[in-house]
Amino acid sequence: MRPIGRVTALGAAAALALLTGCAPGSGGDSGPKNTTAPKAVNTDVAKAGKVTLTVWDQEVRGGQDKRVEQLNKEFEDKYPNVTIKRVSRSFNDLQATLKLALSGDKPPDVVEANQGYGQMGEFVKAGMLTPLDSYAKAYGWDKRYAKSLLDLNRFSSDGKTFGSGNLYGASMDGEIVGVFYNKDKLSKLGLQPPKTWADFVKALPTAKSKGETPIALGNLDKFPAIHEYGIIQAQDAGKAAVRNLVFGRSGAFTDAPNVRAATTLADWAKQGYLTKNVNGEGYDNAWKKYATGGDGVFFVGGTWLAADLPKNAADLGFWAPPQTTGGESLPLSVVSKSKHPDVAAAYIDFMTSAHAMDVGTENGLLPVSPPGSAKPSGPLMPDIFTAWQNVSRTDGLVPYLDYTTPDFADTLQSELQKLLGGQSDPATTMKTLQADYQKFKDAQ
Amino acid sequence: MTRPRKETPPGEPRRVAYLYVLPALLLYAAFLLYPLLHGAWISLYHWDGLTVGTWAGLSNYAEAFGDPELRGGFVHAFVLLLFYAVLPCCLAFVLVSAMARIRLRGLTFFRTALFLPQVVAMVTVAVVWRWIYSSDGPINAVLRWAGLGSFARGWLGDFTWALPSVGVIGTWVEIGLAMVLFMAGVQKIPRELYEAARIDGAGPVREFFSVTLPGLRRELAVALTLTITAALRNFDLIYMTTSGGPGDATSVPAYEVYNRAFGPTNEVGLACAIGIIIAVLIFVITSVVTRVVEGRG
Repeated sequence: MRPIGRVTALGAAAALALLTGCAPGSGGDSGPKNTTAPKAVNTDVAKAGKVTLTVWDQEVRGGQDKRVEQLNKEFEDKYPNVTIKRVSRSFNDLQATLKLALSGDKPPDVVEANQGYGQMGEFVKAGMLTPLDSYAKAYGWDKRYAKSLLDLNRFSSDGKTFGSGNLYGASMDGEIVGVFYNKDKLSKLGLQPPKTWADFVKALPTAKSKGETPIALGNLDKFPAIHEYGIIQAQDAGKAAVRNLVFGRSGAFTDAPNVRAATTLADWAKQGYLTKNVNGEGYDNAWKKYATGGDGVFFVGGTWLAADLPKNAADLGFWAPPQTTGGESLPLSVVSKSKHPDVAAAYIDFMTSAHAMDVGTENGLLPVSPPGSAKPSGPLMPDIFTAWQNVSRTDGLVPYLDYTTPDFADTLQSELQKLLGGQSDPATTMKTLQADYQKFKDAQ
Repeated sequence: MTRPRKETPPGEPRRVAYLYVLPALLLYAAFLLYPLLHGAWISLYHWDGLTVGTWAGLSNYAEAFGDPELRGGFVHAFVLLLFYAVLPCCLAFVLVSAMARIRLRGLTFFRTALFLPQVVAMVTVAVVWRWIYSSDGPINAVLRWAGLGSFARGWLGDFTWALPSVGVIGTWVEIGLAMVLFMAGVQKIPRELYEAARIDGAGPVREFFSVTLPGLRRELAVALTLTITAALRNFDLIYMTTSGGPGDATSVPAYEVYNRAFGPTNEVGLACAIGIIIAVLIFVITSVVTRVVEGRG
């Protein structure tokens, strides 16, 4: 036997041992887990003894980071027996590492898990999150949040149905997609800031005819057009239909209002209402240019953009239709392997209290529930507060279409790029989306 | 004093050799062989990375070749092969043979400038080129200045031009590597050969094919191996510039590995299958290329 032969044989034997061994994911599943809502809930943190709470969040941007730092410190001051170990990572980094962290032996106690099938649904299915319903009852979270906001953090206990079932987290910030407008440009065009969707749509041809780009959009990063389509669809189809569609209850993407919304978007591109070379312009770049008075009278985008307002910004305003795409920030969830679920839940309650909303407001954020006393300040924030309150008061929030299936965002953004680029027509686009949706529903 | 020892001819492998390679082998096994085997094993399961996986047999591999989106990715990777490997080597040859004929002042400067893209982090490269290709970036500015405004476009957002545009970035990055390798090789070719060729009346083309190219076979093999590998495992550039878009016009297998494993679908098994396919492809293509180029077997 030549030595090389022996090595091959050894390798083959090792491979065989691996193959006949257990399936991936079956090892390292030790330790108790709380996968049902605890019956007895203890809200007295001071009596919990010495506790170190490990928290993984993605609140890394300026105001977000300051808010969490301040609230963490206040929580530790309030309960000297608790030490908070904070790990903060950018959204993308957290997405990529959270799965590994949760399947490890020493997972964090509190994590920010993204809503939807892709992350929260997977974690629930794998029994990695604790249902918080009994805590929600004890702390009165149903009074803190509108029902549609709590629903966004709900999943059936098998992780298969999104939008109803157990509560798996609570969010700190709200976000809606709306219309930013450049006040100087509007007055030069002889137009008023939009008060209704019809106002906004009517302004587009006027702006175009006077040589302005009506809507600035940079779609190189693929996702932005989802928000563009979402806000149009919310007007055409209405909140009930979109919610039913996204949460898989009824409806199809090929329904007339949904196709009509795609037709409107394609038409905007064709009429030159959107930035030229729309698929070749970066999202951040388009926003920066728009915000400093460059290309575009309007910018259809999320309230999060206000945080990236450049110093030399033009005079901008914000308005949102009463029914629009939106949601809430990644919720704080309790990990089922946590040894201190009571303390973890108390921490989440603290982070979403009226006081925490005050701290958020002071740091220029849009708190998900009304703050205790703080008032928004600076450019844009008062407008954004008004728009958010209008939408949440009338329960007009329509969920992101990304939530429809695990990889719906991928399909949707590719199809919308094709639609905007003229590679596809509205009917085909919606048929492709429906096929993807149906495939997921059939496999459910 | 003589010691009894086994009769082995001198130079024949002895067992003690294993002892010498052991430290390196251990590291290699722990950080390369084991993960590779583990990946191959996971690729035989449907696994979301969290719950217990279910046996999939070869269906992940079937999907990697059968799914039109994934298959499209492999086609894109082969197109990028032209831009990452073939084009840089051809251009580097032109540069090197030009330099072999003409004495150039400031050669070190040019060499450094051309090699520089290799040193810069790929992320930086991507950010810079995103700007160069943007609608109001320098390329479009030049086009408009030259009166070719109708050709100006958002290059990375154009369904036809996005893939070649990404490819050109690859050419720009890899050309320096090929050139530095070839330059080192050319200096090793005896000048007498060039003189002889010129006395025999060879022009620059004949001289290249008769003297330079045969003399650079080994360097070419190394350059191709490195650039082909870079082309097929190309992730960072795609991730940073287009995320596979517009539509799926620039999606490549290496990007899909990341997207499937850490993206919303949580298809870790499929991602591993694609990874293994890439590894096998790189291995097969590079070993064929080296054999052909070096003129062996």
